[in-house]
Amino acid sequence: MMDMLLTVKDLSVSFGGLQALNLQNFSLAPRELRVIIGPNGAGKSTFMDLLCGKTKADRGTVVFDGQSILGKTEIEIAELGIGRKFQKPSIFPSLSVYDNMLLATKMKKSVLTSLFFKMDSATDDKIHDTASRVGLHDVLNKCAGELSHGQKQWLEIAIVVLQDPKLMLIDEPAAGMSDRETEKTGELLLELSKRHGVIVIEHDMHFVKQIAKQTVTVLVNGKLLTEGTFEEVKNDQRVIDSYLGRAHSERIKATI
Amino acid sequence: MLLKSDKIIPVIFLLFFAILLPLGYSTGLVSINSISLWGRYFCFAIAALGIDLIWGYTGIMSMCQAIFFCLGGYGIGMYLTLQTDSAATFLPDFMSWNNLTELPFFWTPFQHFLPTLLLGLLIPAAAAFIIGYFIFRSRIKGVYMAIITQALALSVYLLFLRNETNMGGTNGLTNFKTLLGFDLSEPSVKLGLYMVSLATLAGVYQICRHIVGSKFGKVLLAIRDSESRVGYTAYRVLHYKLTIFIIAAVIGAIAGMLYVPQTGIITPGRMDVKASVEMLMWVALGGRGHLKGAILGAISVNCLYSICTSVFPEGWLFILGVLYVLTVLYFDKGFLGLFEKLAIRVGFKPRKTETAPYPKSIIIK
Repeated sequence: MMDMLLTVKDLSVSFGGLQALNLQNFSLAPRELRVIIGPNGAGKSTFMDLLCGKTKADRGTVVFDGQSILGKTEIEIAELGIGRKFQKPSIFPSLSVYDNMLLATKMKKSVLTSLFFKMDSATDDKIHDTASRVGLHDVLNKCAGELSHGQKQWLEIAIVVLQDPKLMLIDEPAAGMSDRETEKTGELLLELSKRHGVIVIEHDMHFVKQIAKQTVTVLVNGKLLTEGTFEEVKNDQRVIDSYLGRAHSERIKATI
Repeated sequence: MLLKSDKIIPVIFLLFFAILLPLGYSTGLVSINSISLWGRYFCFAIAALGIDLIWGYTGIMSMCQAIFFCLGGYGIGMYLTLQTDSAATFLPDFMSWNNLTELPFFWTPFQHFLPTLLLGLLIPAAAAFIIGYFIFRSRIKGVYMAIITQALALSVYLLFLRNETNMGGTNGLTNFKTLLGFDLSEPSVKLGLYMVSLATLAGVYQICRHIVGSKFGKVLLAIRDSESRVGYTAYRVLHYKLTIFIIAAVIGAIAGMLYVPQTGIITPGRMDVKASVEMLMWVALGGRGHLKGAILGAISVNCLYSICTSVFPEGWLFILGVLYVLTVLYFDKGFLGLFEKLAIRVGFKPRKTETAPYPKSIIIK
């Protein structure tokens, strides 16, 4: 068996008695792009929160790159090489786009190195390069808070890319983007998956179709419903029910 | 043009206070008391720079900065007290009243200048480390940070108020005579202290500019914006906050050490909660998040204080309060922001101030 980048076993967490996630088995190969879909409240974002150290798990094991990461702080996890893009763009609004990217760029991040940091052309190149990949090269000097929502999404993706993590957790990257922008984001994610492990949470089925070249994982009520290719998952009756069933019942309610 | 005007103001500031004001004194136009007063304003301005770093740039509302100011101040005050009393009597008066027969152990290093200087900076630094470590490690932020530091300020104030602490109680330390052999009542010594304060202010300003302009400074702003994102980007937020908290404390202590020989007294009143809040007000009124704003705020508020307390002594707090409310309501960038707005309206400055362009041309693929 191939060495997995991420192996999750029996991971569970509850909030106030409600089991938000109870994942028996989940694994991700290095350089795999995995899409996680599921209705609202399925535990998708919670899963990412557990992986990046934002939320503490009740029990379970998470092995990333040969190390158990459960119980580590978000900083230690980031240092090990997991980068997170949040659903709501999380950037530094009062810094310029360039500085946002500079802070993200992989390098020694201790206090002393930051105090005596000297800009070098390799870092500068890397930032300019990434900026043009995400289409932000024209706004590098702009204050990040002034960007449009779509641009903020991209900036956050750029922040994660520049951290050069082994695993990227990307939460709803296409939210608030136009079709054209969404497609570009998809291309970028596919390209990134050639060098990094990527987990993407997404609702937009066109977008999922574009990027899901490998496995799609379906979560429902905090549990793994099924895994398979996009076609398999799309035609799975249980998946349709979990998405459409709710809409059906709501429609019935509405007619009554 | 913009870069020039950025440097012109500090240069004018230095020229005025380093040459014109002493010149005014030597020709008899300016009294030595007002020189000394300005020297004290500079000390406040130094402390304000530290507060701007911790609050304006990092967004940590620390309401105990006056403690650090006073720790430095008391350090030098102890030295000055011992300079006076070692000649006349054996112990400072208040110790004799406490029935002490010998100097408490923590007073002994302050018999000499160099240990005083070192301890005056090290003790505040160590205090800031201990306070900061526990507060920041527990991820206490915002209002809770303000409340805890305020409580801390109160408790240290009460500690120094006690006669049993052997730091002079309510009366504090006073009656200083000489500093390194110089007579503190001598006008030339006062002028010298004024110049040292000005030079220190300039030096601290330069250091702060370096800090703010470095990548470290950008991380501080990032912490203010989105602390969690800084963590997810693999920065040890605790180390950064602790470092800047200690730097701010040491800057405060430097200010205190310069302040005490010029006022000739240090009492616990300088470190009560009100004192810390007032220090924050200087920065808020001047324009936080700008080093110049902090200096401007500290000096202008204290100038105003001196004027108001002589014209209508009862009204000072009301005036300060009204100013504060106006600042919060109408010019949140403080006096500095107000001046900038005026400069733009007059047409002295271009409307849009973009950040400086980055060195390299943009690669488009």
